[in-house]
Amino acid sequence: MDEYKGKTLSWRMSDGIVELALDRPPANEIGLAMLEDLEQFTSSLPSLESKASALILYSEQKAGFSAGADLRELYEQARKMDVSSAAKGVREFLERIHAVLNRLDTSPLTTLAAVHGVCFGGGFELALACDLIVADKMARFCFPELRLGLIPGFGGIPRLKRDVGNGVVRDLLLTGRSINATKALSVGLVSQLAAEGEALRLARATAAQTTKFDRSTAAAAKRFIKPLPAEELRREIDIFCDLFARPAIMEGLRKFVENAGPHPYLP
Amino acid sequence: MKTIEQTTDEVLNLAATHFKVSRSTLQPGDDFYKKLGIDSLQALELLTRLENHFGVELPDYEVQGVSDFHTLASRIQARL
Repeated sequence: MDEYKGKTLSWRMSDGIVELALDRPPANEIGLAMLEDLEQFTSSLPSLESKASALILYSEQKAGFSAGADLRELYEQARKMDVSSAAKGVREFLERIHAVLNRLDTSPLTTLAAVHGVCFGGGFELALACDLIVADKMARFCFPELRLGLIPGFGGIPRLKRDVGNGVVRDLLLTGRSINATKALSVGLVSQLAAEGEALRLARATAAQTTKFDRSTAAAAKRFIKPLPAEELRREIDIFCDLFARPAIMEGLRKFVENAGPHPYLP
Repeated sequence: MKTIEQTTDEVLNLAATHFKVSRSTLQPGDDFYKKLGIDSLQALELLTRLENHFGVELPDYEVQGVSDFHTLASRIQARL
């Protein structure tokens, strides 16, 4: 399918570039609906890859690229189950989202994430699956999972380790702080900085550049320089599931979900 | 080197511009969440604006519990 409109995202292909727009109010939280739409997208990838050179992921939501996993949905689903069933459900979800992100990560297309606003948690992990991140000056990146007693579970740690120095990984993971796009550029996480509101335009210009190159050569280069950290990705799922089984996690999720104050996204 | 008063004034100016309110309505001691009617995502926007303007990094935990402009300015001042 060269064009598709799902519940939470849409895509279209034009002039050799596929654009996938995330569009789930308020902040593209990644839950079952978005997972299903992303699976629909990855099932269409072989056809798109035969015709396109590049893929751009971006957001139609003002708040930003994505605020991460849908914690409200996770809490509501998990609290209806016993611990063992909830853990099983979480593992199934993680394996499905990993399959999506791994497929995206290894696509022969040159992939770009055009980021504005919040790029947190699972949203950050979605961006990290791309080859390049182009961000506008108001973008912020964060792994807030430790605040909930968890670690990133969508493949963020192995992918971040692939891109930046271990010191930066430790800083983001162990403090749970967010960094702005200028800082992200300085550590090599972001490849280009755009003026506010200009990330998509810059990503389109960059994607257009890639259409000039031989596709099979670019794909071979990408396979060489961007290996999938498969073993670490599997271990991350195991560690996440072990942590999730602890009672404190549900309590942390409950507090986040029931927080009616203005501060849920601050530590 | 800026004084804390200058920093506070710039913080108020940036907040007024970003959230499109009249500068004259904002005072250093105001609770910016209540005064501006903003949530934490919007507070992060202000944080980014301030970091870009002052050329500093202000970790989120540094503003934990901070809700007035003057204290926010003092956190920035400490990094100038």
